[in-house]
Amino acid sequence: MTATERVPLVEMRNIRVSFGGVHAVDDVTVDLFPGEVMGIVGGNGAGKTTLMRTLSGARPPDSGVILVNGQEQTIANPRDAKALGIETIYQTLALADNVDAPANVFLGRELTTRVGTLDDSAMEDATRKVMGRLNPKFERFTTPVRSLSGGQRQGVAIARAVHFNARILIMDEPTAALGPAETAQVHGLIRQLKAEGIGIFLISHDIHDVFDLSDRISVMYHGRLVGTVGKEDVDTDQILGMIILGKKPGEVTEKELAELGLG
Amino acid sequence: MTDVATAVSDPAQEPRRPSLRRLVAATEIDLRLFGMVAALVGMLLVFGIITGGRILSPSNLVTMSVQAASVAIISTGMVIIIVSRNIDLSVGSIVGVTAMTYALLMTGTGILTDVLGRGHPLTWIIALGIGLLVGALIGALQGFVVAYVGVPSFIVTLGGLLAFRGVVWIMSGGQGVAGLDLTFQILGGGPQGSIGGTLSWVVGIVVCVGIAGLLIYSRRQRRKFGFPVRPKWAEVFIWVVGSLATLGLVFIANSYLWPQPLAERWALEHGVSIPPGGLRIESGIPWPILLLVIVALVMSFLANRRRFGRYIYAIGGNPEAAELAGINTRRTVLKSFVLMGVLCALSGAVAAARLNAASLDVGRGYELYVIAATVIGGTSLSGGIGTIPGAILGALVMATLAYGLQYIGLSSPYQDIAAGVVLIVAVGLDSWNRRRGT
Repeated sequence: MTATERVPLVEMRNIRVSFGGVHAVDDVTVDLFPGEVMGIVGGNGAGKTTLMRTLSGARPPDSGVILVNGQEQTIANPRDAKALGIETIYQTLALADNVDAPANVFLGRELTTRVGTLDDSAMEDATRKVMGRLNPKFERFTTPVRSLSGGQRQGVAIARAVHFNARILIMDEPTAALGPAETAQVHGLIRQLKAEGIGIFLISHDIHDVFDLSDRISVMYHGRLVGTVGKEDVDTDQILGMIILGKKPGEVTEKELAELGLG
Repeated sequence: MTDVATAVSDPAQEPRRPSLRRLVAATEIDLRLFGMVAALVGMLLVFGIITGGRILSPSNLVTMSVQAASVAIISTGMVIIIVSRNIDLSVGSIVGVTAMTYALLMTGTGILTDVLGRGHPLTWIIALGIGLLVGALIGALQGFVVAYVGVPSFIVTLGGLLAFRGVVWIMSGGQGVAGLDLTFQILGGGPQGSIGGTLSWVVGIVVCVGIAGLLIYSRRQRRKFGFPVRPKWAEVFIWVVGSLATLGLVFIANSYLWPQPLAERWALEHGVSIPPGGLRIESGIPWPILLLVIVALVMSFLANRRRFGRYIYAIGGNPEAAELAGINTRRTVLKSFVLMGVLCALSGAVAAARLNAASLDVGRGYELYVIAATVIGGTSLSGGIGTIPGAILGALVMATLAYGLQYIGLSSPYQDIAAGVVLIVAVGLDSWNRRRGT
């Protein structure tokens, strides 16, 4: 893939976020091309989620530049991000537990009738269609999502992100609550969305998931970017080394690798 | 026996044996709401037995509901406030300020009387408009501080509770103001503040047609998308029960006749001859109750059919999720307080009209009754859960209890004790019920 000749879908340059003097994200630069899955990996507290939250508008960066399709953009809140076609599946799912699945899918973007009232039937219909792609057996469209299983709730969160024809999708641990069958469905969906030309940032703890799905992988360590590597150029052990030691494969000594049991 | 036999022998109508559970499932009745109606009716029956049925006379029932109206109107707004994880302790003081506003505008020496002259037909409507505006502005001020400055609503409205009561005092120079516009007074209810028998039947029939219309509309909507719908018999059942309840209430209101002396004076003034059996003038639905019904409809519409309501519930369920979904949560909270201010102003109008005056204490203590009514009505103080009809039922339960205990001669301290116990028991039962996962 000669990605370098095309304009990236997203470029995040020199992003910094700090919480009370602690640099949660420290001068990180990543990019994403159409139809690409970019894996973002790193240990707990590496800054993966915080980095992505700057793109989804949940927490604007303290400094740094975000370009979408080559244009510099200010993303001050989630509305700005959505207007740019950036959809996010949060690790916490960010569902309102006390309302039903259609209300959650359309939260903030409700369908209305000509007189301005909520068009619940149309929203339920659209939700049935999009959930049908993810979880064909799902039938509980009128109960509060509180009473759904973890997998079903995750399905609702994913449905919300894919329904609005995102161009850029941020998936933060999208399969964390899912069983094997549902996970396979989500993987199929990711490949399908990728084929449609959508760019996907995929945050995951599961190295094998990331290796399976990603084209490139960015590794973060204590808020910094260790490096971005093409999937073909590395193996899982090298990625693990980057995650744990915070160094690029070439910089790691034999001794360090041996200590990790990867040598 | 024969009834059961015919029902079973009619396979086209009922293929399976009818049961209560099936009825509940098919009609999708809200069991919590149904339970509250049952509790209210049960309470009335107990008082009825104790008083030998006297408390169940039309005049008592109408008076009871009118007494509930002021609190009930505000409690519909308190649902919105509490569902979105806020609280408004200032409602009683807003009622006080707006009631005093009406009084100062409309008394004999009032501002509007000076400008328009005594008894001008526009007086009451202008005064009402100004009062509603005052309520909205107070709500906007408090809502702004809560939503945009970020001071907790408990603190802001606690401050409002104190400050606006002080404003009432300053507005009137420490005196009650009495003698309002005659047209305005009908908002307070009573025989002359009711819409009359014929109009009451019209309202009742409009409501019955409205219920049918809503049922048909929602069925059509669901059919259009091929969703499961209720069985036909269940729809008809809901309509029949709803209509009978509506017409029954209209019948009770219409059974409340004008007291003879009042009717005779009216006949004299209007040159109507009094028939030998005495003059029968049906009071019908009191204006405050009609106002409450309209408020309930509008508030239910806002809560369930508009984005505003959807956002309120989403904020209550998960404020962070609401924000991440792109909802302008601050503006939504601001709006909820403006709405609350307007409702307090309406309630203030009913209270002032009933008293035909504004005392320094109008609305004092309302915050507690309103919050109690809202919570008895199933609204969760932790947010996200609550319904408008529930809060109105809660207000009716409180008013019935107070009226009933007073009627059987228990003094006010005992009424307070009973109200406190009922509040705790109602919420206790509710949370026990929720834990059982129904």
